[in-house]
Amino acid sequence: MAETLLFNALREAIDEEMGRDDTVFVLGEDVGVYGGSYKVTKDLYDKYGELRVLDTPIAENSFTGMAVGAAMTGLRPIIEGMNMGFLLLAFNQIANNAGMLRYTSGGNFKIPMVIRGPGGVGRQLGAEHSQRLEAYFQAVPGLKIVACSTPYNAKGLLKAAIRDDNPVLFFEHVLLYNLKEDLPNHEYVVPLDKAEIVRPGKDVTILTYSRMRHHVTQAVKGLEKKGIDPEVIDLISLKPLDFDTIGASIKKTHRVVIVEECMKTGGIGAEIIASINDRYFDELDAPVVRLSSQDIPTPYNGKLETLTIVQPKQIEAAVENMVALKV
Amino acid sequence: MVQERTLPQFQAPAAQISPDEGLLLYEDMILGRYFEDKCAEMYYRGKMFGFVHLYNGQEAVSSGVIKALRSDDYVCSTYRDHVHALSAGVPAKNVMAELFGKETGCSRGRGGSMHLFSSEHNLLGGFAFIGEGIPVALGAAFQSRYRRDALGDASADQVTACFFGDGTSNNGQFFECLNMAALWKLPILFVVENNKWAIGMAHERATSQPEIYKKASVFGMPGVEVDGMDVMAVRAVAQEAVARARAGEGPTLIEALTYRFRGHSLADPDELRSKAEKEAWLARDPIKRFEAYLLEHNLADEGALKDVRDRIQTTIDDALTFAEDSPEPSPDDLYKYIFAED
Ligand SMILES: Cc1ncc(C[n+]2csc(CCOP(=O)(O)OP(=O)(O)O)c2C)c(N)n1
Repeated sequence: MAETLLFNALREAIDEEMGRDDTVFVLGEDVGVYGGSYKVTKDLYDKYGELRVLDTPIAENSFTGMAVGAAMTGLRPIIEGMNMGFLLLAFNQIANNAGMLRYTSGGNFKIPMVIRGPGGVGRQLGAEHSQRLEAYFQAVPGLKIVACSTPYNAKGLLKAAIRDDNPVLFFEHVLLYNLKEDLPNHEYVVPLDKAEIVRPGKDVTILTYSRMRHHVTQAVKGLEKKGIDPEVIDLISLKPLDFDTIGASIKKTHRVVIVEECMKTGGIGAEIIASINDRYFDELDAPVVRLSSQDIPTPYNGKLETLTIVQPKQIEAAVENMVALKV
Repeated sequence: MVQERTLPQFQAPAAQISPDEGLLLYEDMILGRYFEDKCAEMYYRGKMFGFVHLYNGQEAVSSGVIKALRSDDYVCSTYRDHVHALSAGVPAKNVMAELFGKETGCSRGRGGSMHLFSSEHNLLGGFAFIGEGIPVALGAAFQSRYRRDALGDASADQVTACFFGDGTSNNGQFFECLNMAALWKLPILFVVENNKWAIGMAHERATSQPEIYKKASVFGMPGVEVDGMDVMAVRAVAQEAVARARAGEGPTLIEALTYRFRGHSLADPDELRSKAEKEAWLARDPIKRFEAYLLEHNLADEGALKDVRDRIQTTIDDALTFAEDSPEPSPDDLYKYIFAED
């Protein structure tokens, strides 16, 4: 076991996969000589050379399309989005080509590529650098969407994403890069499409992902003191959602609270509620409650920014209210 | 260190400038420099947050270009926007308050360092994404032409200055917008501040033709290379381009060879640029150089220059007090400004 920071866990994943498969390569802005904005590719340039750790000019749409072509013809590119928000400039290549090309080519091509990088609401980075993009991309057919949340799952999931034969959008959270955890010394891979049960419980199911997992964990401490026993599930895969795990939990607790950093309108939570209504309506003892961030561009001001995203106290209160509801 | 480009010749003695104009340029450059130094101090003291990109070293470009404009002309900037905003006339206190996230900031604390706006001063914005300001600037220039030629308003001869870096000149929007500007003869100056680096990416490693000004020729547009450490040279080039634009003769691409004295942003460890390279450029400090020029040509004496520096020091101190004492936006206003009805 070795204590590892999340950014380093990601780095290890890339390093190991590049080592085992020489068709894997990294491209993006400042990934090479500079070692990546968050140092996820540090020193890999020296180890693998400039073609395998390729510094691109700042032309998101074009270098994303270049990766699609490389993937179609047998390579396995990993794109680092310096900030995932910049990939809005590459939306065309991600949606039309990466996402849909396997279908439109009638199965002639596969697009094994990973698009990864920092996202989410950081600390006072201003609206454009604090986007919650998962909602935009969840509508794109042909994409897998994964959000890591701990050094352990970050490493195992990224390795799985690199090995997957489909385009995977891999979300990392800017505020989680310095999380520490003891990682196994042996090699491991974590499946992309399985939710993770963070804490088993019986009173209520809390569905969350990415940084909000940690806000939920904080809220749970308070809830435990009040004798409440929540089941916490980290969704991991935002597309497709793991309804086996979600459904089994609902059948146990009959109550659901969703905690997400995503915007409320058209968000991941909105999709989950709709799906729960479709699948498990009869199991519910109360309407599903959704705690999402506000539908506004993230304000720069620190206080307004805090008000924009869900805080542990709100989670605690919402769960308490739900458990207090008698049926 | 990569071979430095040979600087274009500039006939300094032929340049005409009055003592008042000289002092105005000097004051603008000092304002930019002192403002940024104060930002660095505040950031390192933990009073300013987020991504903060300083402009130190590049002052001759902002002052040389923007002071060649009229107050009703437009300026469009990037994330390195503080000094462009100041040159465009946005008061230092409102820029500083913005960086403190205050309601009195020029973007009411909602924008931050990379999103400075002022409709009053025709500052179209700071844009955090590379190149995204270029089409916006193009739109402003189109508007001038539209008012003049489609609506028959003869007074609509405003010019737009659009600033961006060498790294940004590799972005598709640059080429797309050059094409349209030339096609429609829009009154716009594309000002590339070639400071040789895009964060950690050396210009030569990202660009097949490092002489950016030459790219104008493809669009049938004048492209000019200028010493971006010489405010007189920048001003002369800008004046000519502005005159062309105002006369309806279309856009100009200006490549100013300059250097940023600090890291890319205040969070950048700045480990890649060699000491020798930095020293060579520091020795060409545009402010020291212009001081020498003013003295040599008897346009100002030491006392007058010191007066300017003292005055600006007071402006900066006042701006800081104003920013610190200003209220934060009210939590009740969290939803304000989403729609124009607000
Ligand atoms: C679309 C987009 N991609 C990447 C970035 C991250 N980024 C910020 S500044 C920068 C380098 C820009 O260099 P240059 O255009 O030369 O301007 P300079 O910073 O030197 O003034 C990069 C890559 C961004 N802001 N926007």
